[in-house]
Amino acid sequence: MLADHFPVLLAVVPLIAAPAIVVARSGFLGWVVALVVSAATVAMSAALLARATVSGPISYAIGSWPPPWGIEYRVDAANALVALLVSGMAFIAMPYARRSVAAEIEQGRHYLFYALLMLCLSGLLGMALTGDAFNLFVFLEISSLSTYALIAMGRNRRALTAAYQYLILGTTGATFYVIGIGLLYLVTGTLNFVDMAARLALVTDTRPLVAGLAFITVGIGLKLALFPLHAWLPNAYTYAPSVVSAFLAATATKVAIYVLMRVYFSVYGIDAVFRDMPIGPVLAVLSVAALFIASATAIVQADLKRLLAYSSVGQIGYITLGISLGSVPGLAAAMAHVVNHGVTKAALFLLAGAMALRVGGTGFERLAGLGRTMPVASFAFVVGGLSLIGVPGTAGFASKWALVSAAIAAGKWWMVAAVLLSSLLAVAYVWRFVECAYFRDPPADAPKRGEAPLEMTGPALALTVLVVVLGLHATPVLEAATRAAQALAGVAR
Amino acid sequence: MSLFGHFSYWATVFLLMTGLYIVIARGNLVKKLVGLGIFQTSVYLLYVAPGKLIGGTAPIVGPGFTLYSNPLPQVLILTAIVVGVATLALGLALVVRIREAYGTVEEDELLALDAQED
Repeated sequence: MLADHFPVLLAVVPLIAAPAIVVARSGFLGWVVALVVSAATVAMSAALLARATVSGPISYAIGSWPPPWGIEYRVDAANALVALLVSGMAFIAMPYARRSVAAEIEQGRHYLFYALLMLCLSGLLGMALTGDAFNLFVFLEISSLSTYALIAMGRNRRALTAAYQYLILGTTGATFYVIGIGLLYLVTGTLNFVDMAARLALVTDTRPLVAGLAFITVGIGLKLALFPLHAWLPNAYTYAPSVVSAFLAATATKVAIYVLMRVYFSVYGIDAVFRDMPIGPVLAVLSVAALFIASATAIVQADLKRLLAYSSVGQIGYITLGISLGSVPGLAAAMAHVVNHGVTKAALFLLAGAMALRVGGTGFERLAGLGRTMPVASFAFVVGGLSLIGVPGTAGFASKWALVSAAIAAGKWWMVAAVLLSSLLAVAYVWRFVECAYFRDPPADAPKRGEAPLEMTGPALALTVLVVVLGLHATPVLEAATRAAQALAGVAR
Repeated sequence: MSLFGHFSYWATVFLLMTGLYIVIARGNLVKKLVGLGIFQTSVYLLYVAPGKLIGGTAPIVGPGFTLYSNPLPQVLILTAIVVGVATLALGLALVVRIREAYGTVEEDELLALDAQED
């Protein structure tokens, strides 16, 4: 049965598509292949999520070598959800990509762009689905290396320095992760997550485990832009091509967050991480710092994409705050925000890219009066902004509500206060756009008028509608997130 | 478990700190990549050294062989070396493009050029 091979096909199909696109050397063929492949990954991950929800974890032995000796792909309600988010975002970005890439990247390199995007998709899906710690590192590097190259394709020369900076920090992070896994391997003699969790229960000398957890936390913290390890993110998101910004903001950091959840809750277990080690308070302090400092920094940016980038660092703070509770409701809230914020931020970055196409950039001085020249995109952007704030009726509200409920259940009222107060900062940075687009006159020399082409506005609007739908009808995501949290914590010892 | 017994770990830690120090302290983009390479190399040692048993052979079942070294770390590190080479190649390619675009590969000069633009 083909369906039995979906776990590995999800990573392998885009991986094969990438060299095929390079061989074809055609931007248009590359785009068609990327569109078809991303649609196929959506279908496969949706089927896997449905199956994992009904029948529990699906184990797939690569090359029929039984785990723990062979590499195992293990799909449960948590990583199938992450895979669906990643492939869904890739698929929605594809129709948009054609016009956006044509405008931002020179003709001769289009096919390379799509090949890299496929490599990145393969890496992210592989990271999400694998049940093997070292295999995860390899996919992490596949996605990271392709990401560096994608960012370097931005028009501004600062894209190059942004990519270089990300390469240095990203490689440092990945190496820290390998060191952590190495220490765990020395103690347990296994790389399979499930097997590792079982053997860690028998370990009495905890010093290598503490060191390993510290290395993994810092390493993955770099990849997920945990405050203050986010230095690479603002430049990378600002200068990358629009499609790349949207895709990365919705997926790359989110997959890293999933890896951290997997290590904390499935491998080490809630007790080991949150009772025996002070990970909870450390994460909580860093998250609250992200909520306030990164959100406050976002307010004073002069560029819309840069504002969104800092807002991402702040929003990641809500997710890590949920993890820091060390409880299943907190984890579920974090997972729900992974999905809801991923959708919201993708919509906003796609809209920012559509605006950049029309007015030639995302600096606020160019966006003045946009409410009149691009009313649809501006309105959609405000809707997405409301979701960043967490206004009822938007996706951001649903997951923030879940987070606040989990914090109240844990008796942490200061956390509730932090979430509510930091939302006011989000009001301020969203207002920056509103003020600029609706209360200022367009510059006299505004180059082009009117909305961006339908291929670009369409996907962005579809995501904006999804933001509202997920806000009004929040139960499916919250239930899926709860099942994901139970699956993550359930394997724990 | 003497100091000498942990020799390979001391070497690992020394390489790790040296590499990381170069990445942080040097302003030249190529030197940073060299530091990153040393940093990654330390991990190769962390994995490979404990896998070796003194007097151990490759894990081939046969008469006369009783002590086996663990081959898995070597396989893992072979992969990690490939990743390291790919990272270095991409990093150097970026440095070439940065030099074409800015005319320098010194971090402070790059920052000054960016600041001029603003």
